[in-house]
Amino acid sequence: MTTPSDPKNMTCQEFQALLPELIGTGKDINQHPHIQNCELCRALLADLEAIAQAARDLFPIEEPPEELWSKLDSAIKQEESSEPPAAETAG
Amino acid sequence: MPQSRSSTPPPDSTPDIVTPGIVHGEEHAASPEGTAPAPPPPAPDSEAGVLARAQAGDHHAFAQLYSLHKRRIYSLCLRMVGNVAEAEDLAQEAFLQLHRKIATFRGDSAFSTWLHRLAINVVLMHLRRKGLSLISLDEAMEPTPEEGPGRSFGAPDLTLAGSIDRLALQRAIDDLPAGYRLIFVLHDIEGYEHNEIAAMLDCSIGNSKSQLHKARLKLRDTLRTFPRQEGRR
Repeated sequence: MTTPSDPKNMTCQEFQALLPELIGTGKDINQHPHIQNCELCRALLADLEAIAQAARDLFPIEEPPEELWSKLDSAIKQEESSEPPAAETAG
Repeated sequence: MPQSRSSTPPPDSTPDIVTPGIVHGEEHAASPEGTAPAPPPPAPDSEAGVLARAQAGDHHAFAQLYSLHKRRIYSLCLRMVGNVAEAEDLAQEAFLQLHRKIATFRGDSAFSTWLHRLAINVVLMHLRRKGLSLISLDEAMEPTPEEGPGRSFGAPDLTLAGSIDRLALQRAIDDLPAGYRLIFVLHDIEGYEHNEIAAMLDCSIGNSKSQLHKARLKLRDTLRTFPRQEGRR
């Protein structure tokens, strides 16, 4: 069984293999010893954080087409006209 | 049985309405005798009132709910599938399912949260029918040994920080493989936690973290090759 490398002596490959888990913890990875000493991984982390931040700032609200309601309305009416009278449900 | 009919939705309600008051009776203290008084009925024009009427079969109230939530649900579908036509079909299916199930909503969570999850389930079922497999996608996207983790390295002068173009990011997200886009949208845009995503997608938390990381790496690769001047015109 392999033991994890000492964080101070990690290679970039070892550090990047750990990154998904490190990021998932929500801790400040910028304090990780490898990041403090590795410009490339620091740049990578900065990019990933910038992407996540930029995604949060995307305002993902779009207007659906007007005809969506009329399609939905037709589908509801069709469904209601084809189903037997609904039984009362307990609750 | 529907109480009223309307083929056109009412004018849009204020989009900023939030739904904290929909949890039924939660904020009412017990009476001194120890019996909880019946909660007062919601104001008819409040969202809780509209919801109650829609649950009772009032079609006009359902149309009002549609107007309140259509943008959020359509946008969610669009982000998850990255295709306008599919997003329209899925948003319609989500509201159709809402119409079928609205009477079962008991207020254990905010209505908007419940509807959001319902819509996500509709999209996930659609993606599964199309054969999306998170695991197979994950394996298919593993880098070859020669690419290796080192492919993530970038010269510091190519770092993206501070220069991410909104349009480029949107395009790059739309171009992600379906499995990556799904997790990226759920986590980084919609704000779900890995444990929630894992439960939704029936995968491990580690898989969710790994897929998110790979999605971000792929976005980084795409953004670094996106012509910098594009979108800055």
